This record gives sequence, C-alpha cells and structure tokens, in this order.
Amino acid sequence: MKLGLVVDLDTCVGCHACATACKQWNTSGTIGPLSDERPHGKDPSGSWLNRIHSYEVGDSPHSKTVNIPMSCMHCETADCVTVCPTGASYKREEDGIVLIDQDKCMGCNLCSWACPYGARELDADSGTMKKCTLCVDRIYDEQLPEAERQPACVLTCPTSSRVFGDFDDPDSQVSKLTRERAGQQLMPELGYNPVNTYLPPRNPKQQDKIEISPMQGVRQLVNRIINR
Amino acid sequence: MHPAFSVLIFTVTSGAGYGLLAWLGAGQMLGFTQTYTIGLQLTLGVMAMVLITIGLFSSTMHLANPKNAWRSFSRFRTSWLSREAVFAVLLYPIASVYAAAILWQWPMINLWAGLSMAFALIILFTTSMIYASLKTIRQWNTPMVPALFMAYALMSGGLLFVAVSGFFGVLNPQLLIVVMALVVITLALKMVYFFWQGKPTGATIQTATGFSQASVRLLDAGHSAPTFLNREFGYQVAADFLLRLRIVMTFTVFMLPLVLLYWVFNSPEIVEVLVGAWVIMMAGLLLERWLFFAEARHVVRLYQGDQRT
Repeated sequence: MKLGLVVDLDTCVGCHACATACKQWNTSGTIGPLSDERPHGKDPSGSWLNRIHSYEVGDSPHSKTVNIPMSCMHCETADCVTVCPTGASYKREEDGIVLIDQDKCMGCNLCSWACPYGARELDADSGTMKKCTLCVDRIYDEQLPEAERQPACVLTCPTSSRVFGDFDDPDSQVSKLTRERAGQQLMPELGYNPVNTYLPPRNPKQQDKIEISPMQGVRQLVNRIINR
Repeated sequence: MHPAFSVLIFTVTSGAGYGLLAWLGAGQMLGFTQTYTIGLQLTLGVMAMVLITIGLFSSTMHLANPKNAWRSFSRFRTSWLSREAVFAVLLYPIASVYAAAILWQWPMINLWAGLSMAFALIILFTTSMIYASLKTIRQWNTPMVPALFMAYALMSGGLLFVAVSGFFGVLNPQLLIVVMALVVITLALKMVYFFWQGKPTGATIQTATGFSQASVRLLDAGHSAPTFLNREFGYQVAADFLLRLRIVMTFTVFMLPLVLLYWVFNSPEIVEVLVGAWVIMMAGLLLERWLFFAEARHVVRLYQGDQRT
C-alpha cells in the first residue's frame, strides 16, 4: 500500500478548515498535544501539521489565485527518515506512512532541515518534532463507521478538494484523479518522490467573441462622450 | 538558516581540537615531534581533547529534548549525525590509550597516534556530511563543504600546534611553512566556494508550486505570526551586510594570521605572536561559521515567498 492524498488546486478555496480540523484531531491524537505559544498573545505561534499558502499565478489580468495546502507528502525517498540519528523517524513498510516516535525524538531539528516541504515542526513544549500522521489513529479504527476512516482534513474539506487513498491501487480514486487530471508532485527535481499529488487548476472556459453591430458601436461612442 | 550559537561553537572549537589531535598524531608518525618532551606532547593532546569536549557539550545544548540524546548512537548505518556521535565517543578511549602510550613510551605508540589521527579526520568528515548531505540546501550540498571543514580544522589546529610548540621553544620553522600553505589552500577553496555559491541555480518558486510556465507570487503565507519554519529557515540578513562580513572574515581567518605567521617565520624571537594569531583566527572562524548558516537558503523559503534559492 502507498497511502497519500490528492489535493485539487482547482477547487481549493483556501479556507484553512483542513488545517484546523487537523490540529483539532491530532492535538489529542497519538503524537500528543500540539502545543501553542502565547495562544492569546500578540504573536501566537504553535505547531501545525498542515499549512495553507496562497499564491497569485500568472500576470494580471490573466492571473489566478491558487491555494496550496501543505502537509507531509509521505515521500518514497524520505530523507527525513535517513538523517534521523535516534530512529525516532520511520516510514512504515506496510502503507508508507512516515511517522515520528515521540518517545525517541531528541529534538535535533535535522529532519526538518532535510524536509523540502516544511512538513515538520518542532513542538516548543515537548521538545520533539511533530508531523502529519495521515491520521493513522483514524484510518484503521474499526470502531468508526467505514466512511469516517479517513484523515480529518479530508473529512472536513467543504469543497472535497482533498482525497485520501492508496496510490498502489490503479483503480483507487486517487490514482484515477492523478491519471486523468495530470496530478503532479511538488519540487520533483529534489528526488524525494513525494506520494501526495496536486491537481493543477483546469483551464478557464474560452470566452466567445462578442459581436458588436455598427448601431451598438455608435451608441457606445455617444454614451462615452456624454459620460465625460 | 538560523545560526544556532551552540552549533557554531561546536563546529569551530571541536574542529580546532580534532585538527590539533591530527597534527599531534601526524607528528608522532612522521617524526617531527621527536624533540618534544613528554610533557609538551601531553599538553598538546590534553588541549585538543579539552577543545573537543567543550565543543561536544556545546553541541548538546541545541537539542530540544536532550534526555533522548543517548539514542543518537543507534542509526549508524544511515545517519551521518549518528556516525558522528559514535566516532566522537570512540575517540575518547583511543586518545586515552595514546596519552598512556606517550606517558610510558610504549613501543606501539605509532599505532595509537595513527588511530587518533584517523578518527579525528573521520569525525571531521562525518560532521561536515551532516550538512553536505542535505539536498534541501544547495549552498551546503557540495563536496566543497567536507573539504572546507577538514581544511579549517587542520589549519586552526595546525596554527595552535605551532603556537604552543613555539611557546615552549621547540618550533621547527618548516612547520610554519606547512601551516602557511594550509592557510593559502583553504583561502583558495573558500574563494572557489564563494564564486560557486553566487551562481543562480536549483529549485525555484515555479518548481515548488508546480506552475512552471507562469510567474508565481506569494499572496498569503497562511499565518499571522512567525512559525517554527520562519524562525529556523527564514533567517534574513541584508546582502551588503553579508558582503562586508565576508571581507572581515577573510581578513581575520586568513590574511592577518598569514601576515603574523610570515612575521614569526622571519623573526622567530617573537613566536608568542602566534597565540594571538590563533585567537584572531578562531574569532574569524566563528564569523565564518555564522556566515555558513546565514547564507544558506533552505528550499522551504520558496513556500514563504522567495523566488529562488
């Protein structure tokens, strides 16, 4: 199995609900509380496992706002695991999820240096590294109804821009979406081979050319002169 | 990259220590410490180990959860940091036997001198590979980084070696030439590194976001106050200030010590000057290490609005 996420950049509206749901679920999940510093102060800070960046792509007037949610890509070549000196960081053989054993981490920050996607953040309170677990404590929980055995960010997304599934299965929804919509990896040239893929925005519909009759042209000209 | 002061102290201080130990071991094997008294050899060895130990203690200061530091010996097969930790600890018994071999003049002394030197060089290499193995920081991901780290260590350790030898009046002027040559070689290597670093290359905001055919600008970073990622990777210093610091660094690490070395070479009666030269070089090396971090630009910065690394 190769579990991961597909994020549709066409429909993501940048509402940060995935990040909030992630924080809410994981702060009481297997990796312990995600602590905050000065939560009610002027400059609140804290560990989040998912962050959303908004970009302007293209030049005005043909530009587009694109929101890119970033969490762990559960890379196939995960350097964050290789560099870890304590063995706290590991990649599960059975489903490819990259996790951190909170009891082994010594907080040296080296894995966060090795990660190109900013997926790892040091928890200032526990002194250990925190990262996306792909809600490993949800997706296998047989106490939950089957439809809810999905990561919190996927369940909460109001535009269904996030899809969870097995990339090793060619018939899974994530594989189909990646295939049909030309899903791509971020920063592939570094060679980490991230599992999560991003679906590029669809091309906007071509605007039909507006025909203007000679009479309409004269009316427009008169209107412009009067307005002035 | 945010320059953590404890890591600067660690790499500079223990670097000089390992360099000094490598010089002592080489002196034993090549025979240029034959005229040195047992006391002087032990003094040099103890100085090296004190510098190394200060550095290693400093390095544990940057750990956020040091109670798990003992686990860092467990991933020798994959992690350069783990390899560094293992070799750094193994050096202590080896150096202790070497010290005993000096004290009681054991016949096997060359073996222990050679082992101490080899371990010192291996540890320097493993430390530098922690940085050089990171594909995320193109300024570090180069074979020049291990070469520079080892050159700095042999240079600063060598200067301390001749300074202490000179202080006790047993300085061989040929060693001064070797140290001067090391300073010149390291300077040349650093200049090559600076020119190479100035070339724009590597990941851009286009490859980071996947929009390779369009201009991309950050509208909103998604947080209202700096995060761990901003603090760790978003370290920003004005470019002209960095340039000025590079000039100061070049003078303190290379030019001034080189002039002082040449001065002592011509008039050996003022050999104590070398101690001052070493202090200047160490201060310069701290600045060099600070620059090494401050000038390194992690690719995460592309998601925070940088156009290129």
